[in-house]
Amino acid sequence: MSDHAHDIRRYPGARLLTVVFFLWLYLPIAVVIGFSFNQNRLVSVWTGFSTEWYAAALANTALMDALQVSLTVAVIATTGATLIALAAAMVLSRAPAKGVYRLSEVVVNLPLMLPEIVVAVAVLILFSQLGIANGMLKLTLAHMAFCTPFAFLPIRARLQGMSRDFEEAAQDLYAPPFTAFRRVTLPLIAPGVFAGAMLAFVMSMDDFITSNMLNSGGTTTLPVYIFALIKRGTTPELNAISTLLILASLVIATIALLASARAMRRDI
Amino acid sequence: MNMKALKTFRFWGLAPTWLLMGLTLIIPIGIVAGVSLGDRGPYGGFDWALNFSSYREILFTMGWTDELEFDPKYLAIIGRTLAYGLATTAICMALSVPVAYVIANARENWKPLLVYLVTLPFWVSMIVRVYAWLIILGNEGLAEKAWKLLGGGDVDTFLFTPGAMLTGMVYSYIPLMVLPVYAAIEKLDPALLEASHDLYGNRWTTLRRVILPLTWPGLSAGAILVFVPAIGTVLEPMLLGGGKQMMMGTLIQTQFGGGRNWPFGAAVAMVLMALVVIVLILNARRAASAGKEAAA
Repeated sequence: MSDHAHDIRRYPGARLLTVVFFLWLYLPIAVVIGFSFNQNRLVSVWTGFSTEWYAAALANTALMDALQVSLTVAVIATTGATLIALAAAMVLSRAPAKGVYRLSEVVVNLPLMLPEIVVAVAVLILFSQLGIANGMLKLTLAHMAFCTPFAFLPIRARLQGMSRDFEEAAQDLYAPPFTAFRRVTLPLIAPGVFAGAMLAFVMSMDDFITSNMLNSGGTTTLPVYIFALIKRGTTPELNAISTLLILASLVIATIALLASARAMRRDI
Repeated sequence: MNMKALKTFRFWGLAPTWLLMGLTLIIPIGIVAGVSLGDRGPYGGFDWALNFSSYREILFTMGWTDELEFDPKYLAIIGRTLAYGLATTAICMALSVPVAYVIANARENWKPLLVYLVTLPFWVSMIVRVYAWLIILGNEGLAEKAWKLLGGGDVDTFLFTPGAMLTGMVYSYIPLMVLPVYAAIEKLDPALLEASHDLYGNRWTTLRRVILPLTWPGLSAGAILVFVPAIGTVLEPMLLGGGKQMMMGTLIQTQFGGGRNWPFGAAVAMVLMALVVIVLILNARRAASAGKEAAA
């Protein structure tokens, strides 16, 4: 103990605070998951274990419709965002960091810098001016925009850490540029691309502000539907739905973070 | 690749990004700026015009006798937004330093796991995270039970209080602070701490004179990452603040929903964006001067 008391790197209470911090960080998630198995109709009164709310959730057609909208938007937005981010990262990782390239780097990351509510309002006004009524198109384009930086950053980091020797070797062996890209560069940066796509997917699935602002008949996403349920009152069914969403987010984010950790290892 | 092919490649590589961001961000925000100068439409929407009445409406109301009266109700919302943003940032800073310090000094093979555990809740949908606090702080929720267990007196409700708002906001954004602070502390040279000790600096002097100044770049990066989304937040005021805690984000939202005054909503959106841009510019200038100092 006296050893600890003299260790200048130890701060009394910091460890305890950190433990409390982690408990606090996971308390809300644990509460939602725990009460989703509660038999009682009242959320906070525990009367016994039950899985009936999951059955109720899965039988809820409005919920399934919202899930379908969310998945459709997320898959299309992720695909688009990843392709756009990949093209931009290929150019920006090899171009001088000045002039139009520097500006482009800012433009790719623009959605991270602006308040989301302002962007959502802006998209709403633009499409109303253009007279485009297709709700899915609006939603998908808006999602694609804010997903792009999340796809861009891991791909960019991977390209930055990668040696160009392999690609140059391929070109020396007369591989046309696109073949060199497809057969050499793409497999090397695949973990970064995968991580970026996964992060973009989670961001799209979880988004509320933009989806709520652009919400119209038939384009209610899962978070917007959950918001409508919350407004009607807290129920165990809501906990069951939230638990499923939590688990999906955690699994996908974990896979993405593992892939991105692999992508950051500069062993090539 | 020859020069011409390189140029073509670079053009087509960046064109989709500019097209997407131009269509969904740059042009629309220009239009918002235009709408904020327009007239209110009779049934929502707006008519193009060129006047500052929507900005004037933020500060003044039209009295019964058609004269402008200063009305602080919207200024109060802007003030509250800034106050919540600053308070959230300050609490996140205060919490992040000890947590990041402990993580940085943890055993080497524990560090990635702890960093992962800090990041993970951030990926859970915002709506679910705020909803979770709604249950905890709500009537007969966990907070109320714990409060009574600890011998606290009767409480009406924890919801709709500034405490509830701050809990939700700090919870939403704290990973964005812990990560940059951790990155800064992790790079700290232990020899500096020992030098401070050898010069008879105690722990707190070392913290104040050595650790905090060297962690400042991480803290200020985190402050931007937390402050910007915090002043644009929508969900916490709506769910945890009830109707009483209107912020700029919710004010903008209502103008495009039930309230239906698009030019006014656009004007508030422009003010919010201006606040964010000012913060970003101040930060860029600070970073530039810090870079110069480091180079000198």
